[in-house]
Amino acid sequence: MLTLSINGTSHQLDVPDDMPLLWVLRDVIGLTGTKFGCGIAQCGACTVHLDGQAVRSCVLPAALAQGREVKTIEAMAQDPVGRKVQRAWLDVEVVQCGYCQSGQIMSATALLTATPKPSDDDIDAAMAGNICRCGTYVRIRDAIKRAGEA
Amino acid sequence: MPVSLSRRGLLGVGLLGGALLVGVRLPLRPARAAAAGPFTPNAFIRIDPQGAITFIMPDTEFGQGIYTSAGMLIAEELEVGLDQVAFEAAPPDTGQYHTALKAYVSPLLGEQATGGSTSIRGDWQRLRQAGAQVRTMLVAAAAQQWGVDPAACRAERAVVIGPDDKRAPYGTFAAAAAAQPVPDKLPLKPSSAFKLIGHSQPRVDTPAKVDGSLVFGIDVRVPGMKVGTVLACPVIGGRLRSVDEAAAKRVPGVRDVVRLDDAVAVIGDHFWAAKQGLAALDPQWDEGKHARLQTADIIGAQEKASQRDPEVIAKDEGDAPAAIKAAAKTVSAAYQLPFLSHAPMEPVNATLHVRPDGADLWVGTQVPARARDTVAKVTGLRPETVQVHNHLMGGAFGRRLDVDFITQAAAIAKQVPYPVKIVWTREEDIQHDLLRPYYYDRLSAGLDAQGRITGWTHHGTGASVMARWQPKGMQKDGKLDPDTIEGATETPYAIPAMRVGFTRVEPPGITTAWWRGVGATHNVFMVESFMDELAFAAGKDPIAFRRDMIGDNARARAVLDLVAEKSGWGRKLPKGVGQGVSLQLSFGSFLAHVLEVEVTPRGEVRLRRAVVAVDCGTVVQPDGVVAQIEGGLIFGLSAALYNEITVQDGRVQQSNFNNYRVLRIDEAPRIEVHMIRNDEGPGGIGETGTVAAAPALVNAIHAATGKRLRRLPIGTQLVGA
Repeated sequence: MLTLSINGTSHQLDVPDDMPLLWVLRDVIGLTGTKFGCGIAQCGACTVHLDGQAVRSCVLPAALAQGREVKTIEAMAQDPVGRKVQRAWLDVEVVQCGYCQSGQIMSATALLTATPKPSDDDIDAAMAGNICRCGTYVRIRDAIKRAGEA
Repeated sequence: MPVSLSRRGLLGVGLLGGALLVGVRLPLRPARAAAAGPFTPNAFIRIDPQGAITFIMPDTEFGQGIYTSAGMLIAEELEVGLDQVAFEAAPPDTGQYHTALKAYVSPLLGEQATGGSTSIRGDWQRLRQAGAQVRTMLVAAAAQQWGVDPAACRAERAVVIGPDDKRAPYGTFAAAAAAQPVPDKLPLKPSSAFKLIGHSQPRVDTPAKVDGSLVFGIDVRVPGMKVGTVLACPVIGGRLRSVDEAAAKRVPGVRDVVRLDDAVAVIGDHFWAAKQGLAALDPQWDEGKHARLQTADIIGAQEKASQRDPEVIAKDEGDAPAAIKAAAKTVSAAYQLPFLSHAPMEPVNATLHVRPDGADLWVGTQVPARARDTVAKVTGLRPETVQVHNHLMGGAFGRRLDVDFITQAAAIAKQVPYPVKIVWTREEDIQHDLLRPYYYDRLSAGLDAQGRITGWTHHGTGASVMARWQPKGMQKDGKLDPDTIEGATETPYAIPAMRVGFTRVEPPGITTAWWRGVGATHNVFMVESFMDELAFAAGKDPIAFRRDMIGDNARARAVLDLVAEKSGWGRKLPKGVGQGVSLQLSFGSFLAHVLEVEVTPRGEVRLRRAVVAVDCGTVVQPDGVVAQIEGGLIFGLSAALYNEITVQDGRVQQSNFNNYRVLRIDEAPRIEVHMIRNDEGPGGIGETGTVAAAPALVNAIHAATGKRLRRLPIGTQLVGA
């Protein structure tokens, strides 16, 4: 039995220790905003925050999240930086299909929380792990800068 | 439960009975049908007495923003704001079973399908007309109720306004409007009166995509649902021999092992259990007749075919071979484009509940009627008992124009009594994708003493997607797939003698499919690479050479001139940096692209800046045009730089984003899109950026290095070269 704190709520979960956090979120708890894209930490669609750090939940055994605070896209409207990022994403019209954008927003929020005025290099370093097949990269860069100025 | 969206907080009212629906009689689910007299004059609009306005979208949404731009067409004439509307996916429609008319069939594609950049062109008249129809009926009903002349009334933001400032919302007249005659062929607004069309509107689908609340097909959760994942024979065309079912069932959470002829699925309480179960199965396969299949053999067959006369001639104007023979200078080249996977971010998936009396399918599909029909066929159910709940898609790029994964999921789901969601791993998604065909094309041209093209021959070879996907779309007695010569026969240029032919070479075992940019991505690469080679052979600047060959095509000339100006074409560039151009007439739109790249001494390509000039006629959603070109370019550049699917011993060698690498943010160029606005009919836009990517890239690499690359992807071709 695992105890996980997710978006401020404690969950008692009867799942295998090695089950990736992604599937606990999606298939056990029902938080489907966090997406499955590759399963090998190559695409970033599954990005969540673990104590404020952006991590790939598809390769993170759930047991390793015990005793730490997990935040997902569903909690970003309550996060002051997350809210600014979501607003900027809409203002710049970043989104196309939207499937990768939960992960993009989680990575961007972690970046802006640590580095409120990121340079282009900071953005490259923080966001290069998040693939977007619709090719919204130009606007992601703009939106991060806009959120940093908000 | 069709996909319903609303801009948050604005849809306060449920969809109740007594709704005004204009157009054909809509398929009504029993609950709604039982309510008092819903009225159905057209298939695209529903207004209920409480005032809720719903648009039923004939086009499916996979990121291109069509709910917004098609919605704008209706809203413009209906006189409502997009913020006042909820959106719903159209049900399956083949003109049978549910609907009296083929209301949701694409006028350009001839069936219910979204693809080929056809949506806006197909919707331009019919959706504006639908909006005008409903507005006219509401105004007429209001005028009758108020005892005034309809001509003295107008409509604005879902309110009818009459003389003496009488006003009432649309919902008030929903029932009375139902009694009005359905007007036809109404006059539509001139472009000078557009309030929405031509003015960027906030996208209607994005608020739910930034807070994680949008339910994609893969996110569906149904009571009692289990989750399965599947492994098909890794060798193309192979069959399942045996599995160690007991080992899979020892994995906690595994419920069932389901065998198909060519695949095996494990179903569990969650995806992880299913995946672990699959890993324990140790499946044994009969590898079948493609066990020695190699990409090199496929390419070899096409290369050989390209040297013979074309199987079918698609265009033969003037005497091109004679013109080439008599030319002052002759140039020939062969080019190759690889097999490609789609790899949309949302891996393919389908959720089904198959019961004795019917089935439900939750999925994201570009072809709802095909989805329904394949479930009916596999399960033996009547099509009208199969409910399709179509969801917004996490990318498609043509992948979801096929229903192979739905067919497979139905074959699994009919063997279990509970609803089951089948999710492919990324490895399965890439290794068992249906592939963009391999192309091996040969071009020749003659130049006169002034360096102008006198004759042109183009012989393409490859598979036909149309022959499998829509055989009735074949031309010339079934011999010519028009997609294989799209962009080859109609170019922006006036070439005096031209012969274009194609030879269909079907690769054994491999199923080919539509891929973003379709035929134009293939042929514009060939034509624009070759135009660049000819420019250099003629000793001319690539843009000047193209301009000379454009003839009297003013729209093509305008985009070429604009891109030259905006890109700073011809200015001095640092060593290792080059600009490449491409020009196209595709999907009814003109587009010119200049890409600036740097090739490092180690042979790595850095994308510096992309400048696009586009004339797509009347622009509906300007920001959507820009976004589609930006995204299309990135998609095409990604493929051109890195992507190919290869087969060794019948097995696809690529499996995930580590070895089917796609462009990342740190590699993306700056992109500028400049639009030429006019009142020409709207052209397609979703594919155009992808079409423009690769030719400008190889031309830029040539400008930077002097090396002409005639085969994609670029990969490591420049390393150590």
